[in-house]
Amino acid sequence: MPNGILVVTEYADERFRRSAYEVVSEGRRLANQLNTPLSAVVLGSDVLAAAAELKHYGADRVLVCDAPELRDFDSDRFTSILFDIVTTRQPRIVLFSASIRDKQLATRLAAKLDAGLAMECTGLALEGEKLIATRSMYGSKLIARVAIEGSPQIAVLRPNVFPAATVESAGDVERVEFKPADARVRLIEKKPSASKLDLTEADVVVSGGRGMGGPDFSVLERLAGLLGGAIGATRSAVDEGWRPHADQVGQTGKVVSPKLYVACGISGAVQHMAGMGLSGCIVAINTDPDAPIFRYADYGIIGSLFDLVPAITQEIERRREVK
Amino acid sequence: MNVVVLLKQVPDTESLIEINAAADGIKAENLKWIMNPYDELAVEEAIRIREKRASGKVTVLSFGPERATTAIRTALAMGADEGVLINDPALGKTDPMLTAKVLAAALKTLPFDLVVAGQRAVDDDSYSVPSAVAEYLGIPMIGMVVRQEINAGTIRCEQSLQDGTAVVEADLPALLTTQRGLNQPRYASLPNIMKAKKKPLETRNLAAIGLDAAQFGPGALKTRILSLAFPPQRKVCKMIPGETAEEKSARLVQALHEEAGVL
Ligand SMILES: Cc1cc2nc3c(=O)[nH]c(=O)nc-3n(C[C@H](O)[C@H](O)[C@H](O)COP(=O)(O)OP(=O)(O)OC[C@H]3O[C@@H](n4cnc5c(N)ncnc54)[C@H](O)[C@@H]3O)c2cc1C
Ligand SMILES: Nc1ncnc2c1ncn2[C@@H]1O[C@H](COP(=O)(O)O)[C@@H](O)[C@H]1O
Repeated sequence: MPNGILVVTEYADERFRRSAYEVVSEGRRLANQLNTPLSAVVLGSDVLAAAAELKHYGADRVLVCDAPELRDFDSDRFTSILFDIVTTRQPRIVLFSASIRDKQLATRLAAKLDAGLAMECTGLALEGEKLIATRSMYGSKLIARVAIEGSPQIAVLRPNVFPAATVESAGDVERVEFKPADARVRLIEKKPSASKLDLTEADVVVSGGRGMGGPDFSVLERLAGLLGGAIGATRSAVDEGWRPHADQVGQTGKVVSPKLYVACGISGAVQHMAGMGLSGCIVAINTDPDAPIFRYADYGIIGSLFDLVPAITQEIERRREVK
Repeated sequence: MNVVVLLKQVPDTESLIEINAAADGIKAENLKWIMNPYDELAVEEAIRIREKRASGKVTVLSFGPERATTAIRTALAMGADEGVLINDPALGKTDPMLTAKVLAAALKTLPFDLVVAGQRAVDDDSYSVPSAVAEYLGIPMIGMVVRQEINAGTIRCEQSLQDGTAVVEADLPALLTTQRGLNQPRYASLPNIMKAKKKPLETRNLAAIGLDAAQFGPGALKTRILSLAFPPQRKVCKMIPGETAEEKSARLVQALHEEAGVL
């Protein structure tokens, strides 16, 4: 009889991703409702000490696979380790966070187990024994309630949507032995991006569109820097070569849900809204009073971003100095 | 070098999506259907691979209803060689895992050295089918590729990661998924659209790819849509008044602090 909840966390570059705390916290919430134990898994190299941190988010047990060959993500290796853990421990629910890497991992695990999977969930609920997921479809135009069939039920949570909450647990850390599978995809070289903060995990995203008029995004960078946020862009700005593809927000770019999204010189095409429509608060800055973006925004300012963004930055700085 | 492209037909991203009467699917009528944008990149890349070697063929494989042949024809007009549609009247609803099983079974009947798929379909946004296909076929998978190069039996790719990119290598056969930046898909020229009408496009049912339709009933679904709804309407946008940029900015920042609580 499957029992317990297992959450898979992502540890990279000597730290947990923020989403790791979110997924453990959501696991805790469900575990309380089902009155079942919560285990968190960490795969990596030199992770034993850091792993204990997950106890502060309510994990009853932290399962650690620690070996030098797990330093870099390898889809084959990680899938086979997780498959072994799941088949021996038989959890009823397995949770992941929807990073690029774990979307792949969760899917491969589901295929291997012939289990059900819901991707990019924005909400989870229990109906009796069954896990019901809420997720968006058709470029955020629709919200679906999805029943996850089979066992275990696998849900992959969209980052920045589920709250991370600290609760102490008397959990323990257990080292798990594993058989290292062959890696069929060989890593030749890693090229880290300049910014450490990923768009999908940022609390604040300041985005620029064609209204930027060129590759100089420094006014946006100053505001984003002040707020600890990340820079996003529309497809037009990316196609112009002003920003890298990794910055694109939208139906064919990243889907983000920051607390604050500042859209500068962006008209508000449906394909762009598909990537940011679920943000907490949307501010739009546009010279055109009829720009569609004002239909979706919470706050709108008519005017040039080149006047307004520096003025907003200054105003925030001024308020901080007063404090 | 034979390349198979996994292609899905999806509603045009501009379309108005309507929910059906049972609220468990969309109304398929009155929609304009297009090739999934990421699959356009896949078709383009496959054609380039074939052009470079001047040998082998590009097969476009889709699982879907009859109308999906339009998207396959578009791929043929871009330059793909053959199309295969898997369609079976016995099949009702599907989900990504079932789709992957069907595509994997179809791939077993086709010669391929490389499978190219989109990283996600913009209708179900499930990001799942390619990884599951690779798993079912037991071949390596490289996700979100922005550049690839094939050298005697191995493929080297640059792929997007969460914090940058990585260069990786795998032996063929392998599966890769596309990321924007990989290429600029070509348009089909009018003469090529005419030529595409004569290219082979075959429809096969489940039995033809060695599957038993009886095992693909509603009970086989691993995820079931219980209901669909429109997202909650946002409140009406508050336009910030003011004469100067400074004045407007002060009002905005105050509102973000005091009303929205996001600063
Ligand atoms: C299949 C498909 C997929 C797509 N996927 C995406 C996607 O993922 N993401 C995406 O973003 N787009 C996507 N698009 C493109 C989308 O349809 C729009 O073309 C695009 O979002 C428009 O970008 P924009 O708002 O930067 O440019 P525009 O629509 O040109 O808008 C520029 C805006 O800037 C304003 N402006 C000009 N100067 C200033 C100034 N000084 N200060 C303030 N405002 C100013 C103008 O009034 C205008 O509203 C996709 C399209 C298709 C067909
Ligand atoms: N029905 C299908 N037929 C062919 N390919 C598909 C189908 N569904 C998904 N795919 C492929 O898988 C990719 C990702 O789709 P998804 O997992 O549905 O987001 C698509 O870009 C296609 O390449």
